[in-house]
Amino acid sequence: MSTQDLRDLAYLVAAVLFIVDLMWMAHPRTAVRGNWAGVFGMAIAIGATILGQPMIWTYVLGGVVLGTLFGWVAAEKVKMTSMPEMVGLFNGFGGAASVLVAAASLVALRSAVTAGTVSADLQTKVATAATALIGSVTFFGSWVAFGKLAEFLAVKWKLRTGQKILKYGFSALVALGGAGYGATAALAEGASATDRAMGAGIVVSALAIAGILLIKKDRFPGIDALKALAAVVAVALCVASVLDPTNELLYWLLVGAAGVLGVLLTISIGGADMPVVIALLNSYSGLAGAATGFVIDNTVLIVSGSLVGASGIILTQIMCKAMNRSMTNVLFGVMGPTSETPDADEVYKTVKATSPEEIAMMLEGVQRVVVVPGYGMAVAQAQHTVRQLAQLLEDKGVNVEYAVHPVAGRMPGHMNVLLAEANVPYEKLREMDDINGEMEQIDVAIVLGANDVVNPVARTDPKSPIAGMPIIDVDKARTVIVVKRSLSPGFAGIPNPLFAAPNCLMFFSDGKKAIQDIIQAVKEAA
Amino acid sequence: MGFVALLTVFVLAIFVGFEVITKVPPTLHTPLMSGSNAISGITLVGALILAGQPDLPEAVHVISGVAVFFATVNVVGGFVVTDRMLRMFRKKG
Repeated sequence: MSTQDLRDLAYLVAAVLFIVDLMWMAHPRTAVRGNWAGVFGMAIAIGATILGQPMIWTYVLGGVVLGTLFGWVAAEKVKMTSMPEMVGLFNGFGGAASVLVAAASLVALRSAVTAGTVSADLQTKVATAATALIGSVTFFGSWVAFGKLAEFLAVKWKLRTGQKILKYGFSALVALGGAGYGATAALAEGASATDRAMGAGIVVSALAIAGILLIKKDRFPGIDALKALAAVVAVALCVASVLDPTNELLYWLLVGAAGVLGVLLTISIGGADMPVVIALLNSYSGLAGAATGFVIDNTVLIVSGSLVGASGIILTQIMCKAMNRSMTNVLFGVMGPTSETPDADEVYKTVKATSPEEIAMMLEGVQRVVVVPGYGMAVAQAQHTVRQLAQLLEDKGVNVEYAVHPVAGRMPGHMNVLLAEANVPYEKLREMDDINGEMEQIDVAIVLGANDVVNPVARTDPKSPIAGMPIIDVDKARTVIVVKRSLSPGFAGIPNPLFAAPNCLMFFSDGKKAIQDIIQAVKEAA
Repeated sequence: MGFVALLTVFVLAIFVGFEVITKVPPTLHTPLMSGSNAISGITLVGALILAGQPDLPEAVHVISGVAVFFATVNVVGGFVVTDRMLRMFRKKG
């Protein structure tokens, strides 16, 4: 067997290990092992790549050492509540790596073509263009998702120093790097008219990306037209790039145009839709990897890339279904109050406020309590306090469970991770469809920082913007306690009649403090 | 390998992906995402091939060296963060 055969065999083993990784992810008991299968798969793939052939180590070692340090520290330091940002950022890095690999392979190809040793085949041409497009959309889209989740992009309020450095630093880097490269090409001696035009195009796209990232709101007039324009330009450049595959300027122009598209697509997407976006970008980062596999004729890249691509697509579908919206609606639509939105003052006429003492009395002698967490719990970092309250109640013989809506939080499964961090056994986490059947037997439902996902209007009013969205039917529980700072609407911008229902009591307070107060009151009552 | 063979691999892998992922419960969706995210850092292999191959122009080495950095962050960060999360699910399972 040749070295290359051995190498391909090792890649096959790696691919199988990745599949096993994902199979073992199906249960919490096997999932840790699954992740290790992935680690071994990756180690085998890397080993097979670098062993048995002459290597130049400088850049390889430099990249690996720095990347390991950065990745490890970031992954160890990140708070569980910030997991969506982290995953978003890592996605982007995958996209960036794909773009760079295709670029490097293009430069290598050009030098080979110039030397007359090889000519580019159609597969390489198409795959290179596809990598540039998907990879760049992934990278810039992920940066925007990261920035919006970490709350330093498209917001009006004052930023902390660290946030400022990220926001302005990244814009400056893109503007200087892109415009510098483009301008050098455009002004180079002996540059043809086309080269000049492409150089100018790179300058324009770099400045556009940098500029849009500084805008302090989600949407601005003409953004939809711009999206369409960027999409058309990017696809046209893809075709041009296939026709002229060794043209580096054209490649970077395509990356620039795709970057503008990625930024525009993501920036207008609201916080509550972030789970969909993160899942979609995850899928893109996989597809970019697969496309890179076609560029360099490598099966392990293709297999792993398509696995990830498929996984991201499924998660995206699940998220969309959980919101009863189509993907186009998430990506291009704005959800907002319709003209028929009922007047909030009218809806909230019969709202009853309550106190920790009253809640403690209500929790006395009940049998079943269910907690419905939402993004508010993550913001208030209240998961540990919630767990303490649950413990206190369980010691009194109460059965406490958690009802998790598929789109609660900012990424798929966000609430589950937070509750797991607070040592809540996963058997206690109930899925929406599962718990809804038993809701009438629940004595007290505590809604913590969730709004739209418990709004009964989704069932009752076909004209509402959330009509048909599956919700957790807490209104059917005997008593509902809603912990919320104020009566302000959720992402859908509509009032929630649940708050004024006869069986509902509002406890106006910050999530964590509210639960602490309830714990105190329960203890005193005992 | 020829293009059609590669395309076959691509299409079949997508189907395997669909089959396997549908079985993952919503509770584990976040670790699934960060774990699959780490797997998508497999681009690292491509980056290593180009960054290490002698007799290529210096520019290739520099560009793919940066790619090695990005992909390594993706791989290492993804696996570490997934492990952290999964341990939390397991410790009282």
